[in-house]
Amino acid sequence: MKGKPLVSIVSAGLSKFGKLEGLYAREIFAEAAKEAFDRCPNLNPKNDIQAMFVGHMGEAYEHQGHTGATMADWAGLLHIPATRTEAACASSGAALRAGIYAVLSGLCDVVMVGGIEKMTHRTTPEVTEYLAMASDYPFEQWHGITFPGLFALMATAHMHKYGTTEQHLAMVSVKNHYHGSLNPKAHMQKEITLETALSSRVIAWPLKLYDCSLITDGASCLILTRPELAKRYTDMPVHIVGSGQASDTIGMYEREGFTSLVSAKIAANKAYEMADLKPEDVNVAEVHDCFTIAEIIAYEDLGFCKPGEGSGLVEKSETKLGGGIPVNTSGGLKSKGHPVGATGTAQAYEMYLQLTGQAEKRQVGNAEVGLTHNVGGSGATATIHIYRRG
Amino acid sequence: MLVVQAPLQRFTFTGEAKAMGEQAPFTIEQFYKNMLEGKLLGGKCKKCGKVHLPPRPLCSNCFSKKFEWTELPQKGKLLTYTVIHVAPPQFQGMAPYAVGIVQLENGVNIPGMIRGVALEQIRIGMPLTLDFGTCTTTQPWPQWPRYYFKPM
Ligand SMILES: [Zn+2]
Repeated sequence: MKGKPLVSIVSAGLSKFGKLEGLYAREIFAEAAKEAFDRCPNLNPKNDIQAMFVGHMGEAYEHQGHTGATMADWAGLLHIPATRTEAACASSGAALRAGIYAVLSGLCDVVMVGGIEKMTHRTTPEVTEYLAMASDYPFEQWHGITFPGLFALMATAHMHKYGTTEQHLAMVSVKNHYHGSLNPKAHMQKEITLETALSSRVIAWPLKLYDCSLITDGASCLILTRPELAKRYTDMPVHIVGSGQASDTIGMYEREGFTSLVSAKIAANKAYEMADLKPEDVNVAEVHDCFTIAEIIAYEDLGFCKPGEGSGLVEKSETKLGGGIPVNTSGGLKSKGHPVGATGTAQAYEMYLQLTGQAEKRQVGNAEVGLTHNVGGSGATATIHIYRRG
Repeated sequence: MLVVQAPLQRFTFTGEAKAMGEQAPFTIEQFYKNMLEGKLLGGKCKKCGKVHLPPRPLCSNCFSKKFEWTELPQKGKLLTYTVIHVAPPQFQGMAPYAVGIVQLENGVNIPGMIRGVALEQIRIGMPLTLDFGTCTTTQPWPQWPRYYFKPM
């Protein structure tokens, strides 16, 4: 299996990301599904799609669970087996992984995977409370540790150990906002200055408002098939050549250290090994920048640099468009937005655009190999996927 | 494959068995009950010796279900911290407040709030000691106390 395609992406869809007032999650998912169907005229959705896996984190937002069946119906795929996957912010990374299992098992030829979250109709304290459910209740939430607080604990540890500064964190934000300004589907399509980021109000020191990703509504989806069937549907498939998923303790305090995510490192190693590729082979990546520090740690966990050198990559603009390894060309969770359940397959959507040459103003020239890094909670789940142009 | 099941152990009222039978369960609920009595106890696996905080009913290291309570040191050093400015509703009156992860002297980690020190004087590595809190919650569940850490 080494280096061979596991499955092929033959189409992909993404709703507009942002504050989608008056819409219900299922209506947003229908928008993403429609784009995926329109992109792939050779696909007969009702006949061809044999199963669906859809990531969704919280039923509290809309007082609505049972997401698998609901999304299948509203995508026009009534009666196919449809299952929700939940792994906090990695819910749709897990849906993608489930879709790969389904295709590789031989049970399905074509599956739809995707994700959804509708969040902006809730107040910020409500959203904060719902997001915190991805962390440990008895020892973290119970003692007033918020979700930004957990990543702030990592930031403080990283700054202490490696000399990373608040300026470095702000640079991640500035870069991702620049990328987002080039993405017509991004939630915040505007550039910001270093000063804006640094002077924004403190959320959980050292993290400030502009270190935090956005509360966003959105949906994303992909159509997967067996590699040998890909040409039936498109001349431009994107192959998934590596897939890794790993877990860790729900409580961050139980881990060995706080400057790296063991789950991400294990998942990345599995994916690289499966793909027979190395970090230096990756041309473009989408990483889980739920908070700016998470992007710097991702560079290190993915092997784009050595441990402790992540801040140097962003400082030298290596991860900006035009740099050696552009990261979060979509704008990332910071600027494109973070509808948590939709994020994993939204990252894959960006890879699909990049590797088929459809990323327009943010196109990375000659992108051949891409990678997505999707993290759940404070790192109790990580899913990593590696993509190759078909 | 033929699986030969070990016969169930008969319960006999020997002193030891009685003590075992009465042993408090190795649960999070019990951990907090102990804290209300001013005791910081972990669950020590009798087979592999791993000390679990919180206690668990199944050793994640060796799968043993046999544990004993062990007293944990109440002193430790701060591994990392943050100052929460935007707090959940029930903590809003306290913000800004510091929380951190403390490594106890036996190497076991525990998170919690840090009080009794100016926020700007908190440093990684500083020695801290546990202060047992009380249960102040009015909600039906959970009725756990909130302990915190303070400088020595
Ligand atoms: Zn054990």
